[in-house]
Amino acid sequence: MPKRVETLVLHDSSTPSFGDIQKGGSVVLANSKTLGDLIAGVPAQARAHALWPLTFGLACCAIEMMSTVAARFDLARFGSEAFRATPRQADVMIIAGRLSKKMAPVLRQIYDQMPEPKWVISMGACASTGGVYNNYAIVQGADQVVPVDVYVPGCPPSPDALMYAIIKLQNKIKHQGLKPKQMALLELKPREVESV
Amino acid sequence: MSFEVFRDVAKPILAGFGITARRLAKPKATVQYPEERREQFPRTRWRHVLTRYDSGLERCIGCSLCAGACPARCIYVEAAENTDQERYSPGERYAVRYEINMLRCIFCGYCQEACPTGAIVLRKDFELANYEREDFIYTKEMLLEARRPEPVAH
Repeated sequence: MPKRVETLVLHDSSTPSFGDIQKGGSVVLANSKTLGDLIAGVPAQARAHALWPLTFGLACCAIEMMSTVAARFDLARFGSEAFRATPRQADVMIIAGRLSKKMAPVLRQIYDQMPEPKWVISMGACASTGGVYNNYAIVQGADQVVPVDVYVPGCPPSPDALMYAIIKLQNKIKHQGLKPKQMALLELKPREVESV
Repeated sequence: MSFEVFRDVAKPILAGFGITARRLAKPKATVQYPEERREQFPRTRWRHVLTRYDSGLERCIGCSLCAGACPARCIYVEAAENTDQERYSPGERYAVRYEINMLRCIFCGYCQEACPTGAIVLRKDFELANYEREDFIYTKEMLLEARRPEPVAH
């Protein structure tokens, strides 16, 4: 039974929040029905709790991204403290800042260099939609270049807002499980070889 | 030999752990975010809320001044006339559609400043991240505050 996290609400919001997010807790493993689900859930748990982000700070959002890793907010509690400067070692790309049209091919190339499985967080108004920069130089949304998993609004999003997005991404990864190709490897029967 | 090993290897390690041990007694800087939240600053601007009067009528009169003041052009307002049968706001008109693109919004608070009736306010709910782009078009139903706002403890 996953532990239900009760929180003290300090903000004056009228929206109910915090129903679906949990730190840690093996929600998917507890809910898995079959053995295959259970086996598929273990790597998903491992992936979700060791997300290594790629340093992709493009503008002022990067400052907030840096302070998310610092002591006050401490992203290491979620296993994401290891920011990697090479795409070969990274799992999640945090696009932090406005994406100019000149930067877009570079972003795409770096995304292609990341090993599967990989995820993308679009941090801030500019990366997600272009924000105030509705002009010729800025890509109006990074999802025109790479597939984005989680969008974070804000200009810039505060460290806790980014951390909320990372928890949302962890939940998504836990529910994703394995890719169909990897699931086929788990099934203990000879696979059919496609005739050329 | 053994003295050199102590001086060059063991002593620096012990000194290093000594610093760690001393830091343990000091207060912790980290906010344990999902379990506890830091207190937001008084003028923090996050999620928009369309407020009501105490009588339950909406404050928004559909004048579109917020949309005009918005530097990101993320607000869309469509006004309609109030009638005596269907009355939403005290004035002549009300906002029949009020939409904010939360992804485009930069939370500058100019809409709050421009609003003549104080209808739109930016509150402190920062947990807005989501998976789909379509979920960020906040409609009037999502923005409007509940009819009888319960007192919120700070």
